[in-house]
Amino acid sequence: MTAEGVMQEDMAGEWGLRIRSVFMVKEIAEVVYQSEIATDIYSLLLRVTFARDAAPGQFVSLYSADGSRLLPRPISICETDTGSGTIRLVYRIAGKGTKEFSGLKGGDRIEILGPLGNGFPIDEYKDKRVLLVGGGIGIPPLLYCADNLEEPVFAVGYRSETYLLEDLKRRGEVHVATEDGSLGTAGNVLDAIKADHVKADVIMSCGPMPMLRALKAYAAEAGIPCYVSMEERMACGIGVCLGCVCGTEHVDEHSHVNNARICKDGPVFDAKEVTL
Amino acid sequence: MTEPNMAVSIAGVTLKNPVMTASGTFGSGMEYSEFFDLSKLGAVVTKGVADVPWAGNPTPRVCETASGMLNAIGLQNPGIEVFCERDLPFLRKYDTNIIVNVCGHSEEEYLRVVDRLADEEGVALLEINISCPNVKQGGIAFGTDPRAVEEITRAVKARAKQPIIMKLSPNVTDIKVMARAAEAGGADAISLINTLTGMKIDIERGRFALANRTGGLSGPAIRPVAIRMVYEASGAVSIPVIGMGGITCAEDAIEFMMAGARAVSVGTANFRNPTVTVEIAEGIRDFLVRKNIADVNEIVGCVR
Repeated sequence: MTAEGVMQEDMAGEWGLRIRSVFMVKEIAEVVYQSEIATDIYSLLLRVTFARDAAPGQFVSLYSADGSRLLPRPISICETDTGSGTIRLVYRIAGKGTKEFSGLKGGDRIEILGPLGNGFPIDEYKDKRVLLVGGGIGIPPLLYCADNLEEPVFAVGYRSETYLLEDLKRRGEVHVATEDGSLGTAGNVLDAIKADHVKADVIMSCGPMPMLRALKAYAAEAGIPCYVSMEERMACGIGVCLGCVCGTEHVDEHSHVNNARICKDGPVFDAKEVTL
Repeated sequence: MTEPNMAVSIAGVTLKNPVMTASGTFGSGMEYSEFFDLSKLGAVVTKGVADVPWAGNPTPRVCETASGMLNAIGLQNPGIEVFCERDLPFLRKYDTNIIVNVCGHSEEEYLRVVDRLADEEGVALLEINISCPNVKQGGIAFGTDPRAVEEITRAVKARAKQPIIMKLSPNVTDIKVMARAAEAGGADAISLINTLTGMKIDIERGRFALANRTGGLSGPAIRPVAIRMVYEASGAVSIPVIGMGGITCAEDAIEFMMAGARAVSVGTANFRNPTVTVEIAEGIRDFLVRKNIADVNEIVGCVR
């Protein structure tokens, strides 16, 4: 199946759940370039056929060449270049699968499925002041969001070592927090937002659960919308297995319980809609 | 040579080829229909459906293990009403057999689903799930006691309009006893194996990898166990056996058929390769051509 001529459309679901209607492509991607940009953090550039169909906040599944590792690894899309037909993935080594990926070199090939998931509601807030909040390895997808916004503002949190900071600065105003205080505000990303009195019309975020939980509360208090990109152990990545669900306020459309599928109905949700 | 016959028959239902999907790994086919034409399958076996919606277990629900995975989804499903209104009309558009997997916590719950499906057009067979390891009541509780297997089989058979397949658990001492119990209760066919109960511990966090602590092991890791059980079960009964457990390619499927399976189900492999089922059907056909075998039924149980 190819991505040629396939239209994408955002459909607003009953509860503001946005489902992106697009054909996924399973193919063999060519590795253009890979480098280690921080300790155990890798930047992987892949040539794919679906670069121009991928939306900010969507992800891809990468498959291990080792058949004993059955399940795909979901990785968010950091950037795309429609001219060269490439996507950039920035990921952390988290186990044997990602360790294997870190050994890929230019010219190597890897099985990929994408683009997957719904992505952020970028078009709705294109001309607004959008606060893009990332924690740790949740930072990469913010780059692609920023590329589609007029006035992106970043608030990012690291443990200590920073990465992608130059890429962020090229795109907008950046507020940094580090846990050890080595750069920016000492503490977490919310500490930086408060210390720097950052104001925004909407928050779009990706990172660890405690960060998302805190942002949800902060946005509710500030009276602004907040979108969170969720993470969970996945198996199929396309909405079949029901492995990666999250609790929702309203009955979900698939199973009519209160469980949305993160891979298919998400990974991006209105923070008000999900139980964090 | 001429094109080999790929059709097989299960309880009077003809499958155009012996490849079907394993329940719970294929939903109701909607997601996979974006990758290939479901009409190329012998049958689609749906995710288990109960009388009312089930929310399933807390997350994490899945984790990878060597050549396999553990899952403890807990049979999240929308219930039979939504299934009949949404999923069945979708599946009816395809020229394949619809096999509905039925789950429940009690005999009454199984029967409510079976009754609701009685007049639903296009449902070829029912597969009764008495072997899910991830629900507290029902499921495996029925599937590990031969008397319970026979009783639930008899109760379902008495009410079902469609022929029934009893899906057996491998978490038993002697699979032959369970197979005979299902046959004695009136099953039209049996399918096996469901997942093997397993556990994984995340040593970095010092926690269970799954919120449910235990989960069902699937994937190539369980295949030799499944082959052995299909061999034993098919030798113990005269009703057709549907084999499954770690099938990832045509060679695996052929192995199951030679062990005694009339048809095969492909499960976890779908998660790695969305088009694996059609590739397996084509691969079986190529094998028959290469071996100059005119009919796929010739290889069923040929190794004894």
